[in-house]
Amino acid sequence: MSAASITPELVAHLVQTAELAVDLAKKAGADDAEVIVRDGSELTAKIRLGEPELLQEASSRGLGLRVFKDGRRAVTYTSDLRRASLEAFAIETVELAQLSEPDELNKLPDPSELARTLPDLDLYDDHVARVDAAWALAQCKAGEKAALAHDKRVTNSEGATWSRTLGATAFATSGGFAGGYRGSYASFVVEPLCDDPSDPENPKKRNGFWWTANRFLDELDDAEAVGIEATRRTVATLGARKIATQECAVVFDPECGRSIVGTVFSVANGSAFWRKSSYLIGREGTLVASELVTIEDDPLIPRAPGSKPFDGDGLPTRKNVVVDRGVLRPVLCDVYSGRKLGRPSTGSAGRGIGGNPGPTTSNLIMRPGASTKDQILKQTGRGLYVTSMMGFGFNPVTGDFSRGAQGFWIEGGELTFPVSEITISCNFDELLKRIDAVGDDLDLRSSTACPTFRVSAMTVAGTDAEA
Amino acid sequence: MPTLVPAPLGAPFSQGGENAIDSVLATRLLSEALSAGGDYADLYFEYRVTADYSYEEEQVKTVGRGVSLGLGVRVTKGDATGYAYTEDLSWERMAHAARTAGQIAAGGGAPAPVDANPIHIPDLYPVAAPSIGTSAQEKLALLRTADAAARGYDKRIAKVEASFVEQIKEVLVVTSDGRWARDVQPLLRFGVRAVAEVDGGARRQAGSSGGGGRYGMDYFAQASKDAAAHGREAARIAIAMLDAKDAPAGEMPVVLASGDSGILLHEAVGHGLEADFNRKQTSNYSGQIGKQVASTLCTVVDDGTVPSSRGTINVDDEGFASKTNVLIENGILVGYMHDRLSAKHFGIEPTGNGRRESFRAMPLPRMTNTQLLGGSSSPDEIIASVKRGVYAKRFSGGQVNISNGDFVFSLTESYLIEDGKITAPLKGVNLIGNGPDVLRKVDMLGNDYELSDGIWTCGKDGQSVPVGVGTPTVRISKITVGGTKA
Repeated sequence: MSAASITPELVAHLVQTAELAVDLAKKAGADDAEVIVRDGSELTAKIRLGEPELLQEASSRGLGLRVFKDGRRAVTYTSDLRRASLEAFAIETVELAQLSEPDELNKLPDPSELARTLPDLDLYDDHVARVDAAWALAQCKAGEKAALAHDKRVTNSEGATWSRTLGATAFATSGGFAGGYRGSYASFVVEPLCDDPSDPENPKKRNGFWWTANRFLDELDDAEAVGIEATRRTVATLGARKIATQECAVVFDPECGRSIVGTVFSVANGSAFWRKSSYLIGREGTLVASELVTIEDDPLIPRAPGSKPFDGDGLPTRKNVVVDRGVLRPVLCDVYSGRKLGRPSTGSAGRGIGGNPGPTTSNLIMRPGASTKDQILKQTGRGLYVTSMMGFGFNPVTGDFSRGAQGFWIEGGELTFPVSEITISCNFDELLKRIDAVGDDLDLRSSTACPTFRVSAMTVAGTDAEA
Repeated sequence: MPTLVPAPLGAPFSQGGENAIDSVLATRLLSEALSAGGDYADLYFEYRVTADYSYEEEQVKTVGRGVSLGLGVRVTKGDATGYAYTEDLSWERMAHAARTAGQIAAGGGAPAPVDANPIHIPDLYPVAAPSIGTSAQEKLALLRTADAAARGYDKRIAKVEASFVEQIKEVLVVTSDGRWARDVQPLLRFGVRAVAEVDGGARRQAGSSGGGGRYGMDYFAQASKDAAAHGREAARIAIAMLDAKDAPAGEMPVVLASGDSGILLHEAVGHGLEADFNRKQTSNYSGQIGKQVASTLCTVVDDGTVPSSRGTINVDDEGFASKTNVLIENGILVGYMHDRLSAKHFGIEPTGNGRRESFRAMPLPRMTNTQLLGGSSSPDEIIASVKRGVYAKRFSGGQVNISNGDFVFSLTESYLIEDGKITAPLKGVNLIGNGPDVLRKVDMLGNDYELSDGIWTCGKDGQSVPVGVGTPTVRISKITVGGTKA
């Protein structure tokens, strides 16, 4: 076992620290208290053009405290976990709570709702912990070398990076919850670069990347295969150009389609609802997307990147269907937003070290359909295939959606030339309803995921129509 | 022992503190860092206390405080960097971090660290009393004032959120080549968001306004920057946008309002001129020094010395005093923004742009306050010159692809220009362009240069730092507007 390993004993120790801090807050006069403790370590190794560029290795820990006193609250964090420091920290936090105003809905969950037994979701692989800097650098070297060798149009590199994070989370509340878990995550990315002289007035570079990630070391893709795929994707963008402004079908590659799925959550959660920051308010139980669309949030998938055994309120986690064949189900809530809306939590609370709980996602997944990506392209005939999006053009209150995009033009059911410097726009309500094909190619490298899917029509803004 | 209430405001690593660092201890640590070899090492001590207050539903909803303390150690050998950090300032943990950072350099000799001497740094944000040490009641009163002003603006305002976030950060940089720099950096940010509602919620719109910088509570004494003004402005935008129409799609002239529009500059040229990308030849501006990269009207300056601005720093996170750096002069590219590594690569003096998010991250070349200097046209004349186009007033942010130069820029308040007049408000829309191409199409500049209020945060490689931007009214002869009306 290496020094980086997170042992069950360490998790137990962090749970004890969390319980100690809860006790200290109660002793300082809090009616209730809730404590989260995180301990984690990271290793990042990067090779660029065959030489080491970065080696970063460190561990850190932090503690977040939330206290309740006479209906008032305060939230604080510290990285100093010594007992004497925690005593002073607890006293100051209770004093701070006097500044807030009573909110009868903001209190700990009823003890009967708390998680009693925690599922083992198999989230930690000690092989990831045992990776040392030399091995990680060797992976980078091999992946980048394969990328550079695969196509001579690759003239430069933004490097190859191997990273791991190991973490333990412990949570305790005066309501009676105490628990913790550990997790590992490893990722590897290769970023080749090409010179693109196709516009002599404005010489450009074209970058691209490909990646692999998993909680388990032996599930990572081979470093050379990642490098070769990165190069294939990068050289394909050479000569990318603008297209004319028009309305057309848009097919989303899963790499960027998942940000559409994430956008659904941003307007389908209890916090956005009570803050009047969602165009979906009042739409639960009705059709808000095409019947081909089913989106689930599932924290209980073994080994998946977003899985967790309990939520940020200490409630058991569970699978929630967010959109069921186009129908919006009850939106994801933590305890507080649920109370604001007069309903129970969906077990979806997230909790950072320095903040209040709020609704979050675990593994948010658009369910796959029956078509292959190639079948979808063939059926499309003519349109835009989008591989990446840029910018923040979404207004949750109205659903107005407009983002920068890159990809390929589809003609005769096949990808033809690369496209860049365009935007795609459509009100989000329409966008979801216009999804008319969903692929079978779901993969779970990331905690928000989807297969290839198609929107029947969006506005593409590019050059003047007559150009 | 770090405490939530920093009184007196002194970091544990400062003179008299619990973990006081002196030059003898620093030299010993730097020797540990260079014990395996390497060209250079530095220590970055950081102590940060933050506080936040939020007000919603006419109630103080959250009150938060946090403290973080740590040391980051860096060792470089050629272009390679080793980095490690610790939150525990005991000798044993600091020395462990120093040796971990040094593993990158395994093999070969290293220069002995030179005894560090304090460098001269300016005082660009003199704050008599940092806000974080002053009465919380005063801040809560500001939130109430902003809330009341937003609600009072129009009865269609259905929801208001106001927030106040403040921090004080003390940093100490000690380098193996003999620099010692200490700085205390205050920062505050005030923000209001309002939602307007009509027809019982059938139609809603949101607006926001905020500001701040490296000020004490004196920020709010400035004209048009008081709490009520931000409340009214958030409400004004929400109400104005209720009648927003579908934005056009396609290429057309765009007029950018002064101030916040500087984020277009930040994306279109700023990032591409950060020298790490140019050292590695990964930016579309690589190898373009001395060439025409913008219209001759454009002079672009990154200035870390603007008094009290959000992006200002007395000293950067590598121990170099901040400077005024001209990047583009009359359209010609004249310089990049550097950190220590890139300055060494290009054989020039560092420009004071080496910044980092915290002790947990290595420094990178970053912008401070990026500005397009003013021109000679009046703003009215610029708007009047456009037959059909878009007037862009407020933004939620932008993003750029460093390699090909494509950038986007998201508008939250914009209007159609028809026959030289500002007419209908437009729904949220993106502009997309290519950096050098768009800067060559800047064909009118206003005489109304304005620095943005202190709200912007820039992200790069997962690190966020506060920045400022500034610009006069700008006309771009043609850029793609990403609306839905083809």
